[in-house]
Amino acid sequence: MEGINLWAQLPSVLPEVGLTTLAIVVLFADLYGAPGTRRNVVFISAVSMALLALVPLIWTPDPALYENGELLWGGMVNYDPLSQIFKVMLLLAGAVTCLMAAGDRGVGDKGEFYLIVIVATLGGVMMSSASDLILVFVALETLSIPLYMLASFRRGDLRSAEGGMKYFLYGAFASAIMLFGFSLLYGFTGTTNLADIASAFDGGLEGGLIAVMTALVMVVVGFGFKIGAVPFHFWTPDVYEGAPTPVTAFVSVSSKAASFVLLVRFMTAVFPPELVLGGVVMQDFWVNLLVVISIVSMTLGNVVALRQSNIKRLLAYSSIAQAGYTLIGVVALQGPDDSLAVASVSFYMFMYIFTNLLVFGGVILFIAKTGTEEIADLAGLNRRSPWLALFITIGLLSLGGIPPTAGFFGKFFLFQAAVNANLVGLALIAVTNAIIALYYYLVVIKIMYVDSGPDDDKSIGIPRAYGWSLGITAAVVILMGTIAVTPIFDWAALGSLGL
Amino acid sequence: MDLTGFSVLTAIIFIPIVAGVVILFLDRNNRDLVRGVGITAAAAVLALSLAVFLGYDSFVKAAGGLAEQQMSMLDAGIELSGAQMFADALAFEQRVVWVESLGIAYHVGVDGVSAPMVLLTGMVAVAGVLISWNIEDRLREFMAFFMFLVAGVYGVFIAVDLFMLFFFYELAIFPMYLLIAGWGWVKLREYAAMKLTLYILVGSVFALVGAVAMYFAAGAFFSGGGADVFQAAVESGILPADSQPYSWSIVHLTLAAENGAYAIEILGIEGLSFARFWFPFMFMGFGVLAGVFPFHNWSPDGHVAAPTAVSMIHAGVLMKVGAFAALRAGMQLLPDGAQTHLPWIIFLTLINVVYGALIAFRQRDFKYVIGFSSVSHMGLVSMGWATMNLTGMTGAGIQMFSHGAMTALFFGVVGMVYDRAHTRDIPSLGGFMKVMPWVGVAFVIGGLTSMGMPGLSGFIAEFPIFQGMWAASEQVSLQLGIFQLSNYYSIIVIVSALGIVITAAYVLRVAGQVFFGEFDAERFHDVGDIATTDRIVLILLGAPLIILGLYPPIMAPMIESGIRPLIALLGGG
Repeated sequence: MEGINLWAQLPSVLPEVGLTTLAIVVLFADLYGAPGTRRNVVFISAVSMALLALVPLIWTPDPALYENGELLWGGMVNYDPLSQIFKVMLLLAGAVTCLMAAGDRGVGDKGEFYLIVIVATLGGVMMSSASDLILVFVALETLSIPLYMLASFRRGDLRSAEGGMKYFLYGAFASAIMLFGFSLLYGFTGTTNLADIASAFDGGLEGGLIAVMTALVMVVVGFGFKIGAVPFHFWTPDVYEGAPTPVTAFVSVSSKAASFVLLVRFMTAVFPPELVLGGVVMQDFWVNLLVVISIVSMTLGNVVALRQSNIKRLLAYSSIAQAGYTLIGVVALQGPDDSLAVASVSFYMFMYIFTNLLVFGGVILFIAKTGTEEIADLAGLNRRSPWLALFITIGLLSLGGIPPTAGFFGKFFLFQAAVNANLVGLALIAVTNAIIALYYYLVVIKIMYVDSGPDDDKSIGIPRAYGWSLGITAAVVILMGTIAVTPIFDWAALGSLGL
Repeated sequence: MDLTGFSVLTAIIFIPIVAGVVILFLDRNNRDLVRGVGITAAAAVLALSLAVFLGYDSFVKAAGGLAEQQMSMLDAGIELSGAQMFADALAFEQRVVWVESLGIAYHVGVDGVSAPMVLLTGMVAVAGVLISWNIEDRLREFMAFFMFLVAGVYGVFIAVDLFMLFFFYELAIFPMYLLIAGWGWVKLREYAAMKLTLYILVGSVFALVGAVAMYFAAGAFFSGGGADVFQAAVESGILPADSQPYSWSIVHLTLAAENGAYAIEILGIEGLSFARFWFPFMFMGFGVLAGVFPFHNWSPDGHVAAPTAVSMIHAGVLMKVGAFAALRAGMQLLPDGAQTHLPWIIFLTLINVVYGALIAFRQRDFKYVIGFSSVSHMGLVSMGWATMNLTGMTGAGIQMFSHGAMTALFFGVVGMVYDRAHTRDIPSLGGFMKVMPWVGVAFVIGGLTSMGMPGLSGFIAEFPIFQGMWAASEQVSLQLGIFQLSNYYSIIVIVSALGIVITAAYVLRVAGQVFFGEFDAERFHDVGDIATTDRIVLILLGAPLIILGLYPPIMAPMIESGIRPLIALLGGG
């Protein structure tokens, strides 16, 4: 193997290097820092991650490299716009999570929380550029194991422990199945590099069709678990409800975004449209599989969400439905214009991260101040804290896809990609689902604005740092729904170039 | 054509938005300031809307103006391009590219159909603010949401970009939901608000999928077989110089329709063209908001549950948004589909007219009478569209304005009576002419308008619709399998004329009972006359009915100029 030019290839992994360093710094700052300085851990973590998010924007990859499909670090790492977009997303999500957790008693006042968030983000960032089965799996576990720990972070709380345990058991099981799928793929082709697997298949594989399909299904099971799609969603409501709320916020965005970028990359690289095995177009097979999962996820998530009375469980089912919507963008890869499909997935995840953090941020504050998670107790929030009510409303509207929020464009791009890929039926099912979803979002908004509760006169204050993080997230959600659509969409559309 | 300059229409959209945001930041106890900002913004918008209306009027009527150009082209027998005519008819345009890679632009402009609607929206906005002057509960939020609603409505009327039309259409729905759910009639508001929102959204998202399909069909056409058409259009200036084959511009999509981009066969079924498949989605999708049967069910409940100002803007303007969008995004973009489907859709509009009037006749609740009368009158608008000729469609355009002002006036009257009498039960009301003569007179004017009395705007709206139906009767036929139904429009005219008779019956019944019956002095001893702000509302909404009725040329030629491009698209001369 030729020597690796470390210096030239460094920018491609700079965020990873930065995160590792940051993890060590935070670990020591927490261990050896004077008690007064420990609070600074929050700001060190948040600001550093926000600064690291600039790295992919400053050192942009060279088109000559990724358009030829060249890989770095011995064939392990993709250095293309798609990975850069998701790295920025995940780093920002980590930064905002740190800020939002800061005031949460029992979570945000422990230094190791930030350490674990940083390590999980490291896993996500690695996933977004991984191009080899080995690295894919390592990255996936680097993301997952910290998340299991986070879910059970409130050790004294039974629900948290239960949630963490469930998450771990399901997660380990899903990882094992996925790993089995990977090992089958390796067994058939003798290579772990994603792109090489496809070309090895091309050489012809008589009789092994069922086995390859089995491997594909196993991998899909793993992804399905990670993104919380039906029928691999059973952990979602319990973990969302049981985990400390800042953790729920983090789980709901990071793991999902990282898994979607990997899903897009894996499917396009390993099972490209031209791959035909034993007379079966593999793309048709996985597209049909994902179409079914998408429809079932949307429908089940939305219908069950209608019946929820706990706000965190409601958001859990809503996130299942959101995973279903996002899958539309993935299956639209079969269409003539994959830049539209990739852009729609990236844009949707970008807006989803901010939207979900905004909603959860508002809910975290509400739960911290009132100690209740019941939707009915949100009654009269408009009178108690007009700003908090407004922030949550903006977030819910964006989840529901109402302008002028980012969610409107997010959904629009997905539907557009679907129609372009001749999936009009899927688009019609999705819009019907969007209406169902809007019902329960509107009910929550109605409760905040119209109903009156017993505590109407007890106002809820917003701490300043918290107000800033909510305000900025809300501003991003509005901007992405109005004037900032173009730059972000165009950037996201570059994502297909490296595939 | 330079479209980059600032347009007054941009100010019309953004003044309410800015005012709404400002109001949200004001001190909630400073009610005068909240009202002051609200009325200032609404008045400014009305003034600008009036300027747009008058400006467009002179654009149409000036020597060598739009009307003359259209007529001379007609006389010369030039084969007319509907897209060209539509592009020529637009005024006060401004275009700013929004999402370049997808051909989405912020593009505003008015034509002959939308200019009167802009004026109407301004009138109802001012009236709505005035009539909400004394709202006790959270006036600040009410006013802010009301402003957002007004902005959304304006956006739909002046959008020349189909995407932008959807954007503002959906933008209007959320503030409306909150206004009805938060400030409406306690008994019904949550149910009605949710029902209304879901009905309207279901319609609009199905239309959105259709619109996306159109976008791709037009784009594929212009980058393939129609590339020369596209090139020619860019060179002749119909389309802006920086246009791409894929675009959401309504001019662009109209051009595609005209050149057969939507004639492609889909789903492999013979005779099922793209246009025929998607037209029902587009027309009925928006038709939901216009109250087209059987999707009218949200409307009476929604109107009754809403607070007065919202009922006014809802029945007065928002239902027109639906009818307008059905025209613009349905008929104009899919004229082939219109010719296939409108001959049966007209039966639905007939049900609207007659059934709505019958139900209105049976109501005891004053507000429900008006609610169902809206269903009935909006049926006439859709019926006018279904004539597909100049006379009938122009009548429908006038009906949109006339009914808008009239029904807003009605809801204002109901609100004023209810605020003072605390009941809307018709049999227990009576003799209110004595205590509130202004309100009584206003109701009578509105009532006569809705019966189509000559001298008022209702007549010059409804008469051409019926006339257009007679004229269309010989041209339109409906193929039902092997049966062909022809000349049936004339029967529909006769039946729908019944609706007018029933209208007269319920209007007279209400007027007789509520305003002229016996006054229960004991029960209504504290009922007094209305405030000055309320009088302004009555004048603002009542006067146009009389002015337009006495002098139709103030609006008719303008609307005609807006309908002619559609006639060209529908294949008429």
